[in-house]
Amino acid sequence: MSEHIEKNGDILVDVRHLKQYFNINVGWLKTKPLKAVDDVSFSIRRGETLGLVGESGCGKTTVGRSILHLYQPTAGEVIFNGHPIKSKADIRELREKATMVFQDPYSSLNPRMTVSDIIGEPLDIHKAYKNKEERLHRILELMDQVGLNSEHASRYAHEFSGGQRQRIGIARALALKPDFIVCDEPVSALDVSIQAQVINMFVELQEQMNLTYLFIAHDILVVRHISDRIAVMYLGKMVELADAAEIYDQPLHPYTRSLMSAVPQPDPKVAKANKRIVLSGDIPSPLNAPSGCPFRTRCPNAAPCCAEAMPEFKEVKPGHFVACHRLNEI
Amino acid sequence: MKDFKDLRKAFSMHVDLDAFIPATDEEKAYMVQMRPSSTFFRDGVKRLLKNKVATVSLIVIIIITLSSLFIPLFWPYEFGEQLGIQPGKPVDSSYGNLAPFEYGKTEQERIAAGEKIFPHIFGTDERGRDYFIRVVYGTRISLAVGFFASIIVLIIGMTIGSISGYCGGAVDLVIMRIVDIIYSLPDMLMVILLASVLKKTLGTALEGTALERIGTNIISLFIVFGVLYWVSMSRLIRGQILSLREQEYVLASRAAGAKGSWIIRKHLLPNSISVVIISTALQIPNAIFTESFLSFLGLGVNAPMPSLGSLASDALNGLSSYPYRMIIPAIVISLIVLSLNLFGDGLRDAFDPKLRN
Repeated sequence: MSEHIEKNGDILVDVRHLKQYFNINVGWLKTKPLKAVDDVSFSIRRGETLGLVGESGCGKTTVGRSILHLYQPTAGEVIFNGHPIKSKADIRELREKATMVFQDPYSSLNPRMTVSDIIGEPLDIHKAYKNKEERLHRILELMDQVGLNSEHASRYAHEFSGGQRQRIGIARALALKPDFIVCDEPVSALDVSIQAQVINMFVELQEQMNLTYLFIAHDILVVRHISDRIAVMYLGKMVELADAAEIYDQPLHPYTRSLMSAVPQPDPKVAKANKRIVLSGDIPSPLNAPSGCPFRTRCPNAAPCCAEAMPEFKEVKPGHFVACHRLNEI
Repeated sequence: MKDFKDLRKAFSMHVDLDAFIPATDEEKAYMVQMRPSSTFFRDGVKRLLKNKVATVSLIVIIIITLSSLFIPLFWPYEFGEQLGIQPGKPVDSSYGNLAPFEYGKTEQERIAAGEKIFPHIFGTDERGRDYFIRVVYGTRISLAVGFFASIIVLIIGMTIGSISGYCGGAVDLVIMRIVDIIYSLPDMLMVILLASVLKKTLGTALEGTALERIGTNIISLFIVFGVLYWVSMSRLIRGQILSLREQEYVLASRAAGAKGSWIIRKHLLPNSISVVIISTALQIPNAIFTESFLSFLGLGVNAPMPSLGSLASDALNGLSSYPYRMIIPAIVISLIVLSLNLFGDGLRDAFDPKLRN
């Protein structure tokens, strides 16, 4: 595997037992916690890309936003660069070093602001320049970095195509020279040819600036392409985490297996040889999550023990974590 | 295990550069289109000017406003000047109730002597005051009241509405219940009660201050507007802010470390500004109408200052003999209110196509 993985000690983001519950109104004056993220732990090494995949509504985006403390986590700890994020001052510091690229390039840019104001907004908020020239210089530098023409600086966002808008969003994320970027499905709103350009740009920027990514997506092929390691989530819980190639070739958790078997194969011979594992039923509502293992209602190997307790998220091979009771039997 | 880091670049496209000829400088210059960026505001103005009704209304409003501002500067008569009363001379009753373009006794003598006298276009009222200048002054007062009352409503409504919408939760709940209470009061009754109470209490409170010159009645009018009419504006802005704050660019701003006031100023208000402008423009005729109505009831401006409503009210006494004294201020009120309403509709169509039916 690549060099980043070998540097085991240098952990940039360490997430420990992160829980994010939202109170949902059920009836008059009654609320119920919606467990969007339930006890998730993982760490991201410096310079690494961790892919995060899962069905819609499984809590991928919430994990990303909770790490950045855009939602105040219900429980758990986020340790960024060796410092636990606790006070407001910690969060303020985190805002400079960790940013986010959003899914929808249309709604993530303010329609009343020019491109230079959008890219310059983080600079304005943190007063990261001494004078107007320095600000403009930095903005043009950022635009050049993401492949935008400098004469576009005074345009408005609606004058750009989806790919260009996403570049504006990326330039905004890079403005404060962050260490860590949460990419929340940054390419899923783009068409395939543009996806390739944007992904290549992510890779290039990572090499240039030694960035660390949490890359959230539901497209396994995109995630495998860009990620060093991949984590799989199901109903607010992490079910498997391993190196990208390993999880792709030898998935252990039944959910991951089914997920990987659904990836389209370009070669019809290979595709025919692969057996598609079709899951029955739908993903349960996170408001009424099943007891024990969240996947047991759809798992082909479910046993009575699965209903009793949530399986431990344990390392079965070096660097390969799985949460399943019946791992040895299947 | 394959090395995926190397494979990552496989998505790039390879082009044979020999198949292309470099562009000349001329061709390059031709390709660069440096058109000025069209802003939201410019687009709106363009759409507004295409709307004939709105443009005509705007011209009418401008003409009325400018004439109410500048005509008193060169008009030879004052709005409070009783032409029949000269210091040291007995009261000349021939100046009262002149018909349009008629002259008083002394004026006729001077005309006979070859002097030129400025005509009383609309005649005079029963106290011998030039009626035209009173109508012009009344228009000025009505416009000023309408404009400033709308500004007051705008400031209060915008502040409270944006706080309520942005904070949400308990703050929103409390503010919106207060709004509901004010909303449910019969507003004309409240306006009349407040105006008559404030007229008494403010009179003593303002004595000796600069505000006394404006008149207690106008100030009480402003307070009435400030207290009662901000509710619909704040509701409107709250609704806008509620939908805008869920936008991803607000989240992006928060992720960059922005605080609440920054987000409201930079993202939420600029995006709701079209709604704000439109409802303010539609608020002005409303305020003018209320002012005229209160003046008509005698709760408006202090005498001898005229407003369109008090002029109409005074004209009631001699309605059968001098109907034009009622008709003229009524026409002016209708013209102002109608053109402001039509202009407001035009603004709405131009700046907020979503609201159009």
